[in-house]
Amino acid sequence: MPSPEQWTHPEPGAGPAAEAAQPTPEQVIAGLRATNEGGPELTQLLTPEGERLSSSVFDRYVADIDSEALRGLYRDMVLVRRADRESNAMQRQGQLGIWVPLLGQEAAQIGSGRALKSGDMAFPSYREHGVAYTRGVDFKELIGIFRCTDHSGWDFKKHGFHPYTIVIGNQVLNATGYAMGQKFEGKVGDDDGEATIVYFGDGATSQGDVHEGFVWAAVYDAPVVFFCQNNQWAISEPTERQSRLPLYQRARGYGFPGIRVDGNDVLACLAVSRWALEECRHGNGPVLIEAFTYRMDAHTTTDDPTRYRLSDELEEWKLKDPIERVRAYLARGGGADQAFFDQVQADADAFAAELREYVFSMADPPPSRIFDNVYADPSPVLDAQREEFLSYLDGFATAGEH
Amino acid sequence: MTASVKSTVDAAKNDIQKLTIGKALNLGLRTAMEADDKVIVMGEDVGKLGGVFRITDGLQKDFGEQRVLDTPLAESGIIGTAVGLAVRGFRPVCEIQFEGFIFPGFDQIVSQVAKLHYRTQGKVKVPLVIRVPFGGGIGAVEHHSESPESLFAHVPGLKVVSCSNAVDAYWMIQQAIASDDPVLFFEPKRLYHSGALRAEVDPTATPGPLFASRVLRTGTTATVVAYGPSVKVALDAATAAEEDGHSLEVIDLRTLSPLDLGPVFDSVRRTGRLVALSEAPGESSLTSEIATRVQQECFYSLEAPVLRVTGFDTPYPPAKLEEHYLPDLDRVLDAVDRSLAW
Ligand SMILES: Cc1ncc(C[n+]2csc(CCOP(=O)(O)OP(=O)(O)O)c2C)c(N)n1
Repeated sequence: MPSPEQWTHPEPGAGPAAEAAQPTPEQVIAGLRATNEGGPELTQLLTPEGERLSSSVFDRYVADIDSEALRGLYRDMVLVRRADRESNAMQRQGQLGIWVPLLGQEAAQIGSGRALKSGDMAFPSYREHGVAYTRGVDFKELIGIFRCTDHSGWDFKKHGFHPYTIVIGNQVLNATGYAMGQKFEGKVGDDDGEATIVYFGDGATSQGDVHEGFVWAAVYDAPVVFFCQNNQWAISEPTERQSRLPLYQRARGYGFPGIRVDGNDVLACLAVSRWALEECRHGNGPVLIEAFTYRMDAHTTTDDPTRYRLSDELEEWKLKDPIERVRAYLARGGGADQAFFDQVQADADAFAAELREYVFSMADPPPSRIFDNVYADPSPVLDAQREEFLSYLDGFATAGEH
Repeated sequence: MTASVKSTVDAAKNDIQKLTIGKALNLGLRTAMEADDKVIVMGEDVGKLGGVFRITDGLQKDFGEQRVLDTPLAESGIIGTAVGLAVRGFRPVCEIQFEGFIFPGFDQIVSQVAKLHYRTQGKVKVPLVIRVPFGGGIGAVEHHSESPESLFAHVPGLKVVSCSNAVDAYWMIQQAIASDDPVLFFEPKRLYHSGALRAEVDPTATPGPLFASRVLRTGTTATVVAYGPSVKVALDAATAAEEDGHSLEVIDLRTLSPLDLGPVFDSVRRTGRLVALSEAPGESSLTSEIATRVQQECFYSLEAPVLRVTGFDTPYPPAKLEEHYLPDLDRVLDAVDRSLAW
């Protein structure tokens, strides 16, 4: 079994330990490490054609996912995609200031999100609407950011879902600190341990904050899963503009395991995330997961991807669609019939319609909101500013009445 | 450089063109790059995409990937490596995508960009330009609408400027690049593509100095000093005030560090009243500095205290509230009225 020294200094030819018949958890980890070095790069359980691949390492992490559970994951992805498309359309209709599409990344987000337990904490970037959904954040709580009525609308403690972070990479350090806190409070060590997961993009891996997060997490053994959604693009810049080697391999330089998973395979994302989170719960974190996926839409509704990428690439990735493969698998194996698919579609349409109705009825916040919550304790300067501004606005009202 | 670029620039040079601020910046960058092959443009998405605001549009196509660098996504990296390039003899022009993302690079700006020349007793020059689209009014989400310029004006060793019109944009960007000092160039992003602000740029004209403020409109009732996107607000207020019989003098500060307050002092000595206008939060800001200095220099000429119209001392609010947050013409006129009522 490869030792940590070996994954730091790999022995040429050392095969993956993961091929052993019934691996122990230690062997699983060691095997993964070895696999990641020399073997196939991508962990996959469901092919784009909807064929189930068996994995001696990861099957055990999704042993409970029967047809019913898989139908649930399918439903999650369809609903989230439908809400995403609806939001994109609402931005086009001027109802939202901007939208950040998740199209194509449903499996990475639903798979990893559904791997979380209630005591876990997720730190998103700004595209993690699917993860938000798995954490019980209502799209109505989230949409205020894009309607530009709010910076963040949900109760992060209740949901175990931190506010969105727009400044690239910041949240990686914040998550690491949070995870350090979980460890300092003795919340790791067994199956009931807590863990933190933090989401960021391939572009973000260039930021100092992400590097520092890796360093901190390593030296304090923080129970944090670094979940990089490599959707191939940072606005107009391809991953090659950020790195010379596969991103998951970077983990080795920091002294913790890294793994690349097929980010369009919800089952593999679930399995790998569960494994990584379990590592963290048991005090063996951190872990880096690189979910290899693709941003099917523009970076945001203000972006024009035709300026920098070829439609061929898009066509190729369409064949790897995360939802279609689950559908094919379910249909082929009799896990779901047409009535089920129709019902999910109807649910998704209703979900989207409800969101639309809500957005159209959203009121603008009152001007006084500008001054709220700048500080936890009252600020006399700000209180005076608020008074002054509100009476200035009142002046207009009075003038208008005459 | 390819022949076609040269001919474009040449053609542009002979042609007086009506340009938006965005196009004027693009032409200014082109002209500077043509004049000196040590000028390089670097930043996130500045190449193929032409920057998220398209200010560097077409530059990579014409000058190649080594003159227009699509950099990895890291501001400390962009600015820190630009320092090294500058030390090596290049003249990097860094683009920061939005002002809210300059802070990962703040350490490099404050610790190295601002201090290298001083620390080396003048032996090391840092001829670096950092372009920063700034300010609100574009309906964006968090971190895309701020006005952090006072933070940089506070740092000795940095020069900080801001343009408000296409003619200045064209000249000032070239002058900033030609400057041997590091210049932070704050660009009024909401005016980039304003058709109404299209202006004739005459490349054969002789520009005024970079580090100088300028009277844009003369008046007698009160003086309004502003910079960047607020200049338009001040000018609109002056037009509106005319209907009420008030004649406002409007000064575009242009240089935020060093401050050129001479024209402001002169103006206040004539009008007796000053309104200092900026979108940035007011506390400990450029407008505080202006108020203090004018008070010191023009005490006996003032008919009323210097009044300020600024953003509030809060983080920039969600965009649905920005119409209230951003100083508008009404708030300027209100301040003028309060000054007159003194
Ligand atoms: C510090 C910082 N710099 C620049 C930006 C502007 N920006 C927003 S998203 C983005 C690209 C991010 O790419 P990636 O990290 O791969 O994540 P993705 O959007 O692809 O999920 C950039 C440059 C930012 N938000 N923060």
